[in-house]
Amino acid sequence: MENRQSFADVLAGAIFIAIGLAFVVGSLGYELGTPLRMGPGYFPLVTGGVLAVLGLVIVVKGLVAGEQIAFGRIPWRSVVMIVAAIVFFGLTIRNLGFVPTVAVTALLTALASYRIRLLTAVAAAAGLTVLSWLVFIVGLQLRLPLYGDWFPF
Amino acid sequence: MDVLDNLALGFETALQPENVLFCLVGVVLGTAIGVLPGIGPTATIAMLLPITFNFEPVSSLIMLAGIYYGAQYGGSTTAILINLPGEASAAVTAIDGHAMARGGRAGPALAAAALGSFFAGTVATVVLAAFAPPLARVALRFGPAEYFSLLVLGLIASVALARGSAIKGLAMIVLGILLGTVGQDIYTGTPRFVFGVRELYGGLEFVSVAVGVFGVAEILRNLEDEKTRTVMVRKVKNLWPTRDDFRRIVAPVLRGTGLGSALGVLPGGGHIIASFASYSVEKRVSKQPEEFGNGAIEGVAGPESANNAAAQTSFIPLLTLGLPPNPVMALMVGAFIVQGITPGPNVITDEPALVWGLIASMWVGNLLLVMLNLPLIGFWVKMLTIPYQVLFPAIIVFAAIGTYSLGFNAFDVYAIAVFGVLGYVLVKCGCEPAPLLLGFVLGPLLEENLRRALIISRGDPSVFFTRPISAALLALAVAALVVTMLPAIRQRREVVFQEEEG
Repeated sequence: MENRQSFADVLAGAIFIAIGLAFVVGSLGYELGTPLRMGPGYFPLVTGGVLAVLGLVIVVKGLVAGEQIAFGRIPWRSVVMIVAAIVFFGLTIRNLGFVPTVAVTALLTALASYRIRLLTAVAAAAGLTVLSWLVFIVGLQLRLPLYGDWFPF
Repeated sequence: MDVLDNLALGFETALQPENVLFCLVGVVLGTAIGVLPGIGPTATIAMLLPITFNFEPVSSLIMLAGIYYGAQYGGSTTAILINLPGEASAAVTAIDGHAMARGGRAGPALAAAALGSFFAGTVATVVLAAFAPPLARVALRFGPAEYFSLLVLGLIASVALARGSAIKGLAMIVLGILLGTVGQDIYTGTPRFVFGVRELYGGLEFVSVAVGVFGVAEILRNLEDEKTRTVMVRKVKNLWPTRDDFRRIVAPVLRGTGLGSALGVLPGGGHIIASFASYSVEKRVSKQPEEFGNGAIEGVAGPESANNAAAQTSFIPLLTLGLPPNPVMALMVGAFIVQGITPGPNVITDEPALVWGLIASMWVGNLLLVMLNLPLIGFWVKMLTIPYQVLFPAIIVFAAIGTYSLGFNAFDVYAIAVFGVLGYVLVKCGCEPAPLLLGFVLGPLLEENLRRALIISRGDPSVFFTRPISAALLALAVAALVVTMLPAIRQRREVVFQEEEG
């Protein structure tokens, strides 16, 4: 277990450093204030610094005596499809309306699986749309137009 | 007696027909997600949180609590029947429970788990009722300095008691705290880290963060390696345990209940630790330790009682201190806030009907679980045949609709994707998502109390060390940190959590 480099550790540490520094830089733009009367920038500045230091420790540890973690493969297709589905939902729910938005989102999400067949995905999406309509519109009385203003009829 | 009056008020609230109905919906939903591997209560509660916005506060909290302990309960069914724990805390149940199922004794195993859980739930309800008010009275005397130290202790302990690398856990907490600073500053109103986006002024929506790091990240994890599940036990017969079984489970259930009630209060994975502790105790005191692993009913009854008791007593820190000991409780904090109630020591005096109604509903819920689940076992078995390919799109779609309906804000939906990917990468790197969520929920409280304490002390930071309660809490936090970092203990932790994986 000793003296092994760990990609996972270095990556995790790098993410923490990047986010920590981003918050540090961002908080310098706000009033810092004094410990007695902290301004809006004080707490994020200190916390961001702590995160960057912790990230650095994790990186160093990852280079010297890292935690061996089976990183495994990344299911790119799943990642892309799920992100696309969620973004599509956010972009269109207002103007496209509930039914078409949910149907497309469900279809995109279903296609995130490597093992699903197209026909199954379409069927699953259709079923999910009906189910969502029943739960949210009929059951919970959510006030969303079923078809939005992008539909001419 | 005080406790009796309070419980009477609680039952009056909990037994109102609509609350019984919500409790029923909660426990059934909870059992369903507990039974299905790959969907945890954290993601589900996060998903349903927006929906409960429309309900009465009591009803929504009763339902959410029902999901939580219902899931503990449902997880054991999957563990016994297909050797796949639906819930982390059911991992030990799988060892002997599944061995019993292979030996044709799935029925008694399920019944032992159910009856043990019911007994533990009953006792834990009384424990909760007895200990909550005095603790809340102590907490009422806390000033901002004590609160700050308490929050620090809670956060650090949640890392010390959880599995995985301690330093990564700490980093996840700090990351969560930082994410919590997004939005308007409480004292000056200055918008922080909003990049001119008006939708972010109110801060990041914590439902988005929770659904992202628990729901989406978990789904991506599962899609790395899609497998089909095989259900081994088609039909469960001979449900009722024999007289001999009953004799054997009495002591383990009692011990498990005691262990679970005590450990549930701890931050971190209290209910997980409780079930492991109970299993090793039962193995140690047993006259036939060689039976463990080959279908000892004690190894099912003890841990199941322990984790159910712990699930219930983990409400104690939430209801008395406003301090969530685990991610599900962090979501409950969110549920309180959505309803316009700030959790903390005041809740118990300001909203007695709500707190006691919630406590009483847990007993009602446990009763419903026993009455429903033993007869419905065939239905749950059938549910295990739903393919994951259909299940995960439902989670994503419901999460998107639910989050959007919270504030009709598309940014909350985008945030799910951002935190899903971030969470996925971090989880892949060996970071646990739970500390991040706790940090995110507690971060604003931490900052507020820190700043308030320093204003009161005129900028003198020694206030945290000179006030005795605060100093003691901080000392405990340091001790927890040191103990976690010590190599000897770290190895022990690893051993404990490796067993869990097996």
